Amino acid sequence: MHIKDTLPELYKIRRPLKVEDVRKRLAEKQGKEYWRSLEELAASDEFEELLHREFPRQAGEWDDPVGRRKFLKVMGASLALAGLSACVYQPPETIVPYVRQPEEEVPGKPLFFATAMPHAKGATGLLVRSNEGRPTHVEGNEMHPGNLGATDIFSIASILTLYDPDRSQTIQNRGDTRPYTAFLADVRTALDTLKTKQGAGLRFLTETVTSPSVAALLNQILKALPQARWHNFEPVGDGAAMAGARLAFGQAVNTIYRFDRADRVLALDSDFLAATPGNLRYARDFIEKRRVLAGKAEMNRLYAVETTPTNTGAKADHRFAVKPSELETFARALAPMLNVKGITAPSGSVPHADKLQAIAKDLQSARGKSIVIPGDYAPPVIHALAHAMNDALGNVGQTVVYTDPIAFGPNDQLTDQIEDLRALVNDIDAGQVEMLIIVGGNPVYNAPADFQFRERLKKLNEQKKLTAHLGLHFDETSEWCLWHVPEAHFLEAWGDARAYDGTVSIMQPLIAPLYRGRSALEFLTAFTDTPEKSGYDLLRDYWRTQPQMSGDFEHTWRRAVHDGIIAGTAAKEKTVALNTNWASQPAAASAQTTGGGQFEIVFRPDPSIYDGRHANNGWLQELPKPLTKLCWDNAALVSPTTARQLFNLGSEEATATYKGIEYMAPVIKLSFRNQTINAPVFIMAGQPDGVVTLHLGYGRTRVGRVGAGTTQQPVGFNAYALRFADAPWYAAGADVKTTGDTYQLVGTQLHFNMEGRDIVISKTLDEYLHHPNEKPEIVREGASTQPEEGTTRPLGEGIGTEKHEEPGPNDTLYTGFSYNGYKWGMVIDTTACVGCNSCIIACQSENNIPVVGKEQVARRREMHWLRVDAYFKGLAENPDGVYFMPVPCMHCENAPCEPVCPVNATVHDAEGTNNMVYNRCVGTRYCSNNCPYKVRRFNFLLFQDWTTPSLKLMRNPEVSVRSRGVMEKCTYCIQRIQNAKIDSERENGRQVRDGEIVTACQSSCPTNAIIFGNLNDQASGVSKWQREPRNYSLLAELNTRPRTTYLSALRNPNPEIQGT
Amino acid sequence: MASIDPSQDDVGIHVTPYPVIEPGHTFGSVTDKISSLTLKRRTPLGWFIGFGISFAFANILLFAIAYLVLTGIGVWGNNIPVGWAFDIINFVWWIGIGHAGTLISAILLLLRQSWRTSINRFAEAMTLFAVSCAAIFPLFHTGRPWLAIYWLFPYPNTMNIWPNFRSPLMWDVFAVSTYATVSALFWYVGLIPDFATLRDRAQSKPFKIAYGILSMGWRGSARHWARYEKLYLLLAALATPLVLSVHTIVSFDFAVGIIPGWHATIFPPYFVAGAIYAGFAMVLTLTIPLRKFYGLEDFITMRHLRNSAKVMLATGLIVAYGYMMEAFTAWYSASEYEGFMMKNRIYGGPYWWAYWLLISCNVLIPQVLWMKRARHSTVVLWIISLVVGVGMWLERFVIIVTSLHRDFLPSSWAMYRPTIIDFATLFGTIGMFVMLLFLFIRFLPVISIFEMRTILPQAEVKEEEA
Repeated sequence: MHIKDTLPELYKIRRPLKVEDVRKRLAEKQGKEYWRSLEELAASDEFEELLHREFPRQAGEWDDPVGRRKFLKVMGASLALAGLSACVYQPPETIVPYVRQPEEEVPGKPLFFATAMPHAKGATGLLVRSNEGRPTHVEGNEMHPGNLGATDIFSIASILTLYDPDRSQTIQNRGDTRPYTAFLADVRTALDTLKTKQGAGLRFLTETVTSPSVAALLNQILKALPQARWHNFEPVGDGAAMAGARLAFGQAVNTIYRFDRADRVLALDSDFLAATPGNLRYARDFIEKRRVLAGKAEMNRLYAVETTPTNTGAKADHRFAVKPSELETFARALAPMLNVKGITAPSGSVPHADKLQAIAKDLQSARGKSIVIPGDYAPPVIHALAHAMNDALGNVGQTVVYTDPIAFGPNDQLTDQIEDLRALVNDIDAGQVEMLIIVGGNPVYNAPADFQFRERLKKLNEQKKLTAHLGLHFDETSEWCLWHVPEAHFLEAWGDARAYDGTVSIMQPLIAPLYRGRSALEFLTAFTDTPEKSGYDLLRDYWRTQPQMSGDFEHTWRRAVHDGIIAGTAAKEKTVALNTNWASQPAAASAQTTGGGQFEIVFRPDPSIYDGRHANNGWLQELPKPLTKLCWDNAALVSPTTARQLFNLGSEEATATYKGIEYMAPVIKLSFRNQTINAPVFIMAGQPDGVVTLHLGYGRTRVGRVGAGTTQQPVGFNAYALRFADAPWYAAGADVKTTGDTYQLVGTQLHFNMEGRDIVISKTLDEYLHHPNEKPEIVREGASTQPEEGTTRPLGEGIGTEKHEEPGPNDTLYTGFSYNGYKWGMVIDTTACVGCNSCIIACQSENNIPVVGKEQVARRREMHWLRVDAYFKGLAENPDGVYFMPVPCMHCENAPCEPVCPVNATVHDAEGTNNMVYNRCVGTRYCSNNCPYKVRRFNFLLFQDWTTPSLKLMRNPEVSVRSRGVMEKCTYCIQRIQNAKIDSERENGRQVRDGEIVTACQSSCPTNAIIFGNLNDQASGVSKWQREPRNYSLLAELNTRPRTTYLSALRNPNPEIQGT
Repeated sequence: MASIDPSQDDVGIHVTPYPVIEPGHTFGSVTDKISSLTLKRRTPLGWFIGFGISFAFANILLFAIAYLVLTGIGVWGNNIPVGWAFDIINFVWWIGIGHAGTLISAILLLLRQSWRTSINRFAEAMTLFAVSCAAIFPLFHTGRPWLAIYWLFPYPNTMNIWPNFRSPLMWDVFAVSTYATVSALFWYVGLIPDFATLRDRAQSKPFKIAYGILSMGWRGSARHWARYEKLYLLLAALATPLVLSVHTIVSFDFAVGIIPGWHATIFPPYFVAGAIYAGFAMVLTLTIPLRKFYGLEDFITMRHLRNSAKVMLATGLIVAYGYMMEAFTAWYSASEYEGFMMKNRIYGGPYWWAYWLLISCNVLIPQVLWMKRARHSTVVLWIISLVVGVGMWLERFVIIVTSLHRDFLPSSWAMYRPTIIDFATLFGTIGMFVMLLFLFIRFLPVISIFEMRTILPQAEVKEEEA
């Protein structure tokens, strides 16, 4: 059937629509047809016009660029369509009980569904909580091999993206709203012409595809139209790793590391704890190998060679800063020491040459139990060198496993993405592209600067070629495409995705598409003979044919949907043979050193908003970046020495100045080749001299009210402007000039020095083994053993037996409170914390914590209940280490906040938690002043968005939404405690079992750094941790007797390496 | 009304110090002179200008508070960690200013310091207005004043919820409301005989009626006087402990806290001394122009100014001792947090200028008062009184903001910067204060008429003979 036959005549009529006409037209339709027409009506131009006449004021505001900051307050604009969209997604508000109750749905009881968040680097398996049909919180799927129940910031924050009122809501054709059928008609007409040429001129541009069904569909289209082409481009791709594998093995392979078997790890510019495929799994395995607990006293050892500070470097036992240009020299100098064949040590100076022998010796002492892991962004030769080193160390097959790549490519071939995109650009120039279909991604914003992708799209438009873009937001690319189709969020659609090890997850929708978006699968089917087939059918039809689901399909399908993974889909281990022909090539490729300047640039995806795709996510924008603690902006990171040279400062002078509360950073002008950008400087301790790190993802111009900046109020700067196809991660020869301008940066922590205070107590493994109790002694006792309950310990008793003559925390004239039932407590292991921030976002999502915006962060009014402090030890030029410390409420036994509240709004309960009674709080802020940990957060303004309808759906119904004037803070997720207690009481009043209550931060933690439970239960995990000699209380000397205690940070430096 | 030549005193005739009232006055002339300010003299143009300006500022206060209540505490510069800033600084500052009034009226009355008589009325009014200004802050510094206004009081309710009696803010509520009540009563009771005088002398009907109601049927009978004297003494006795208790309790707001810079046992006496210091400074700031413009040099003589200056010098030294002890304790405690706090205040931190400005205003500059010549110059006294007023405000800034902005965990350290609304509130309360004073000057006897009559030589002779 030709599409024209199915066209409703509606949208062909371009005369103003009258309400009477609509009624009449609707009256002609019957049953199902009726509703379909109404929906189509809603998407038509005429409807928009009608809307303008019906709601002239609101409709006008719809297109008005509302200030980004107003995101949280002024949602009047979205009201124009709120009534309409509410019919689409809001569950019907019936006042009678269900006639037929949805299966397993008990009002008030959340349900959990397994799904996965797709990602170019491998999907994260998720369990999504659904309250009455609304997804409200994301947790990890314990069965998923990629994350084992943990989550990263992106997957938790995806909830906010789902409900983002700025998401693209309508299909657009040059700014006009059109129905999907019109798009289909356009595409089908063009396809008819192309079909005669076997699809020549039809081009698809996707991001990295890890979905087997999407890849199969695309390949099916390519098979039907052999001249059509499918290009891949991912701005943060794994091109270097694949190129490295081709160098080393002659083929692209995926490398999987087994940190659970590795005793010694060398990271060559790899941030495997925070930003590589499988990083959640790696972080778990890596930390478990160094957890000193329950008598186990062995730790693995991590050497990190870095071109810019990362979380991995922060956790490293030895960290070596090198310039990007020195990285290869370093690796080549080390390789011969590990007996790598065919590589000769480079002549000339090698950075950290004196340490190489010790590293090599240490790695060799753990043959088959070590890992050399190259960074995703390191040049291919580093990958090849790492493969060779792993081979020489006998790690292959032990700690390092090779498989086929997890990503898919055209005709099952993986392409070099940058070259692939270059081919597309060349073809556009050659006039060979008739129809360009961009499936996700935002190449206008993030393609290499030299490709000038926007100009290319413009050219296609001028030539009246059909261009279409599928995207969550109407973004920079949508602006230059003829058609824009809203994409369904991954929580709204059926799909599948592979994890870092190839395991496939079936993604099930948690909610009907809020804005009638389409998944990539549903979008691409428009180019097949079944243009309107549903995503569900497409997915099932694909999997029905797959061997993993052979047999009883319904059974395996249900199992896969339920579990969130398809058993047996992990990629098979593969044996590859190492080439050595590349090894003799001279060090340091010259292609990247083609700039006139002295500086080297390191490009990195932003730790919070990644490549820019999360730019409109307020949670992620406000999330302090792990090491800089900046939010709402990116910055040019330079070393202290470089900053002093740049600004001609003495050693004591600070670069940035404070204007009142504002942190005014000087702005530099960075030029590379013919491109220039202005960027504020942030001084990063541990940054190699002469290297500028730029984070990608900022400086967006079209995405939504949160992420798109204006000239007056930019949201960061666009580092893609300096990024060229031949230098995607490292660019040498950049030029830096000072401009004399300043720019306000905001952060949640401005002071990274512990000032000599015992905040994060750190020691080496050796020190710990010899004196496990030395420092934490006095403080430990108070924390682990609350005063003997109901008894008074005579003042002074036991003092003589302690090393310190200070009275212990139990020496009190008062009787301690008896906790007869539960006594909740938490322990945080600072050795395990890798500073990934997922706990902050999990807490934000679970506890309905608002976003406050850049201005309010500048005023230090961020609302995060949980923060992760970072402290640098040692010299700023070369810090000995970075220590992360998550700080939630300590729930002190002697809470200083409690006695000072004049209205009893913060009180202790019988289970030991310190509770906030929001209804009672009048907001004197005295409690916050008196809190030595400063964990209390005050609603200085109406930070919470009370008006946007979609955001109301997002909230956790079990947690109060706080209004202005009220203090709030961490509650130990008291709603989860209560739920578990209710469940246990219903089961014959049994006790809550250990592990039954998992706080939001704890559940998201990739390294199990947080443990929560009942301190009265001696067998509980939290009690065991509190009895560890490493356990200490923060600021114990204040006698607040915190319930949240810490395990000290242990490091395991190599005794043969000096200076640590 | 000859003005006083200070050189006279320099001669050193200590046997005849400045009189508390210039010679030559009779009962009638005293009554005429003081009551004429409200009844007979035309309201000077300057009054209208002064009142207009202060009225404008009072309206700014109204706007600032309305904006605050409608928008939230975020219109101020307060943040986490600096949860209190201008709000509590202003509160403590105004409460402190109020103290001189009570001290002058009650304690000096009990100590039979007759020189207090000509300034006590004015000082009491000042107390009352300062307390009114201060009382704005405990209410409006809260995030939800519409609830705080009654939740802070222990009223019986069906929920059986009571305020937290352990909280110093709770104590503040009692202390300040008691203080305000006693001050108002004391002031009003003292005014009753004068209201009667004004009633009897008023020409226009409305004034007659108004003063008639306010005088509560005072006829000046011996029985009235007997009761009056008894009540006035009782109220004085009630007010006396308040001078010490109110600021002691205000200081508990900080001393009870565990923040370095707050947690100090010296706070109560140090705060009380500071309050009296600031209060006398304010008395001087106001009386010096007042006596000048209204020609009251006869009644408010150099003796008053000089005595006030001496009180300032004495309390200023106590305050200086307080500063010293804070530093000493920080060192002697050997607590790293206390030590850091002091270092941060004095030279290490970004607010070092506030500390040194405070030391200059409160310790260094007032030492000029050791010089007799300075004590006898109205200009010098006035400038010093202003400087001390600023200094005492800065003292609270240093205690509150500088202590809070860098406490225990360096990760939460931050800066504080006031907003325009903060300043509008501060200057608005000053506007309100001055406006109330202008109204007071215009409609009430600024000096106690009947008490002035008692210090005339004629009255004194009788007393001595009796």
